[in-house]
Amino acid sequence: MHFTRKTISESSGLIIKEQRQIRKERLLASPALIIGFTGFMLILLAAVLIPIFSSVDPNAMTVAERLKAPGGKYLLGTDEFGRDIFIRLMYGARVSLWVGGCVAVFSCLLGTIIGIYASYFKILDQILMRICDGLIAIPGILLAIALIAGLGASSWNVVIALTVVYTPSVARTVRASAMVIREQPYVEAAKVQGFGTLRILWKLILPGVVSPLIVQASFIFAQAIISEASLSFLGAGVPAPAASWGNMLQASKLVFSKAPWTMLCPGIAVILCVLSLNLFGDGLRDYLDPRVKGGAKK
Amino acid sequence: MLSYIWKRFLSLLPVLFVVSCVAFLVVYMIPGGPATALLGMEATPEQIAELNTELGFDRPFLVQYVDWFGNVLQGNWGESYFLHQSVLESIREYFPPTLSLAIFAQVIAIILAVPMGIIAAYKRGTAFDLTAVSVSLLGVALPGFLLSMFLMLFLSVYNQWFPVAGYAVLSEGLGEHLKYLFVPALSLGIVQAAYITRMTRAALLDVLYKNYIHTGRAKGLKEWAVIMKYGLKNAAPAILTAVGQSFGSLITGTIVTETLFNIPGLGMLTIGSINRRDVFVIQGVVLFVTCLYVFVNLAVDILYGFVDPRLRPGRR
Amino acid sequence: MEEQMKQSEETILEVKDLSVFFSVHKKWLAAVDSVSFSVAPGEITGIVGESGSGKSVMSQSILRLRDHDTVVKYNGEILFEREDLLKKSLSGMQKIRGNQISIIFQDPLNSLSPVHTIGEQLSEILMLHKKMGKQQAGKRAVQMLELTGIPGAEACMKKYPFELSGGMQQRVMIAMALACEPKLLIADEPTTALDVTIQEQILYLIQELNEKLGMSVLFITHDMGVVSQICHSVKVMYLGQIVEEAKTDRLFAEPLHPYTKGLLASIPHLGVEKGKKLPTIPGTVPPLSKVPEGCHFCTRCSEATKQCRSEQPPSVEVQPGHFVKCWKYAEKQGQKGGA
Repeated sequence: MHFTRKTISESSGLIIKEQRQIRKERLLASPALIIGFTGFMLILLAAVLIPIFSSVDPNAMTVAERLKAPGGKYLLGTDEFGRDIFIRLMYGARVSLWVGGCVAVFSCLLGTIIGIYASYFKILDQILMRICDGLIAIPGILLAIALIAGLGASSWNVVIALTVVYTPSVARTVRASAMVIREQPYVEAAKVQGFGTLRILWKLILPGVVSPLIVQASFIFAQAIISEASLSFLGAGVPAPAASWGNMLQASKLVFSKAPWTMLCPGIAVILCVLSLNLFGDGLRDYLDPRVKGGAKK
Repeated sequence: MLSYIWKRFLSLLPVLFVVSCVAFLVVYMIPGGPATALLGMEATPEQIAELNTELGFDRPFLVQYVDWFGNVLQGNWGESYFLHQSVLESIREYFPPTLSLAIFAQVIAIILAVPMGIIAAYKRGTAFDLTAVSVSLLGVALPGFLLSMFLMLFLSVYNQWFPVAGYAVLSEGLGEHLKYLFVPALSLGIVQAAYITRMTRAALLDVLYKNYIHTGRAKGLKEWAVIMKYGLKNAAPAILTAVGQSFGSLITGTIVTETLFNIPGLGMLTIGSINRRDVFVIQGVVLFVTCLYVFVNLAVDILYGFVDPRLRPGRR
Repeated sequence: MEEQMKQSEETILEVKDLSVFFSVHKKWLAAVDSVSFSVAPGEITGIVGESGSGKSVMSQSILRLRDHDTVVKYNGEILFEREDLLKKSLSGMQKIRGNQISIIFQDPLNSLSPVHTIGEQLSEILMLHKKMGKQQAGKRAVQMLELTGIPGAEACMKKYPFELSGGMQQRVMIAMALACEPKLLIADEPTTALDVTIQEQILYLIQELNEKLGMSVLFITHDMGVVSQICHSVKVMYLGQIVEEAKTDRLFAEPLHPYTKGLLASIPHLGVEKGKKLPTIPGTVPPLSKVPEGCHFCTRCSEATKQCRSEQPPSVEVQPGHFVKCWKYAEKQGQKGGA
């Protein structure tokens, strides 16, 4: 019998599955954050800068130049009114990002306040959570449509409607994390030491819910962009002459079989923007919570 | 089993109550009252005030709500001023195409997603898994109507395999019916599939490392038998939940997609009503679709009871 | 060598120089490190060690259960009736699992599928390996449940695992494991999750079935008390290696390895004076990534020398059948057993 420790290079044992597998999983988790962040930043920069340095009017109609294919004078072609699609895309990005950003910020602020208070006061919790359940039960776009039908179509009303749509799920998430933190020993200790309720809520519990909140904010941002596009596509979003990705898609509805670029350009813009935000959110979640990296693994 | 269903149903009542409040508020909070919306820009303030009084919108809030709620329970959901029929009648007329489309899309989604999720989870970390995860990531980023436009372009415009738009009622034959619905259903199905694939994969990954899977293998069962019998049945509640939850986004997806394909469903009704500011119809659609969604999820909950014996009352 | 050939004829399972590696952070770590032992027919062989000693990994490796969800690499041989299990195809293994070699796990509740009835889970194995029909398998399953002492076996078939107590669940697991009359039963800490009184019953059941059916048992545990009760021979494992092996009586009468001595000293018994602390082994099992270069136990051994820290001790046969892997005994015996 021999008992020298064998090193791997010597061993000719049977290899069942290879390391490759694990490496692939890691790769999937970490670069997502970087790719997503970079992608989003590029879109943001383009949306902010290009309209500043360009003198082209996004709403200028040149009938003679209608439905020109991409290339040549117009980088991405023109739409059915002869408007420059590239420029409209950039102005549209401003609208879409503005709507998405506002919705993400407002629903997170509102959701955090609701969630944190609900986590601490039993009766309030019952009332607020039932309301949230009810709002979540209404399919998102439908709720937004109904609210906009009531309030009238304007970009602010789109923001308000979508904030109402997304706030309940933020409140739920915040409440769930806050409930966990509330049971932590350091919170108990603070209570025993006579910290006031408000101080406990905002100084001890709030910091604990911030990281899942940022992750959720990026997903809401992405969802809001899709919703804005859908609403505008339906004619219930940002009112018509203004350029938004949804409006551009709606306008292309009648001509896209002849001039597919009128649909492809804003469509791809929506996809890229949403994908960047989702990647960013996914990457961030994995980064903040390494346990979920690559799925369950024992 | 009956008491379990009853209990699940009772837990829905607060949800339905909140939903009814929201639906009511949508109309109530219109600046200037519903009459403003109904009469349009040209109406004089006197005309608006007159119609508001006629409809009872000058009464106190609670009175209005109780009155309205009573009517809703009795099946009186209001009157569409533009279609000249009751809201419920309009919904009944416009609902079948939406239902067909939703079912067709969900079937496509399940056929695509469940096997893909299972294989991706089982072959975790391989090229197949990576592809499935990436595709579903893309699918989640893709609004359904956009995919509809892409598919319409490739399947109906460039290659005339399917009709570009339109709708054939079921009485014209199932084949014709499905032919018109195929492209919209496929695009909605793919978007749904992205979500369901993710959830199926996650649900199965949760289960695949459980000890009973070990036991199944230790019995000498073939791998597919272990996965199909022990993996799938234990993951079923989570997969069912995903299917139930995706029904909400499916319905909204249907609404948007219908307008693109000119399918005379609830989506067309809604959009027409938005343009006409026919608020009672919108209110009715919200109420109807939400109840549908809530009851689909109730059905899913009840299905749980069949899948998971631990939830059956009287079993403990 | 000839002596060994002779020996293998009368063993049911022979593990030769087995190493099991896992891939952790791009490095291969040996959870089981060059382990050799054999199991005699009809005997209950115990494997003792703390958690992290690699005993569970080793027992599951015999059935190659880890192949499916981890990146594993094996080295050496696992001879079951003179066939190397490591060379078997997956379908070859599937014919052996549950049929010739069965395993029962630590946690019976989680080892049974919560959404299938006991009957479904039990009949299945008979239908699979014995090609029985549903009815026949059902009848046989009831017999197996009765054999393991489950009251109301007939009714139990229709129950779900959560409706049974822990002891009953483990009896079901045993019934399932023994349904096809395997030649070897691997019991991986079968009593750890159970109450003390139930533990006794299960141990008694395993012992009784071992005598009645004559199958060999490989009994994995961390509890020296359990070992003394039912095992015929014992292997003591520490950090992936067997550090001492002997017949049970012999090991308890004359433990040699400092680790074994430590384990035995830390068994609580009635003789211990009140107020006196129970002796424990200092320190904890180091993680696999920090396995010492020399004797694996050197970080916790009070008698460790310089040689212990730098060189692996050989396994020495101090008396026939009593092996110990420690420098203390290697020197006395000269260079026997090396290479």
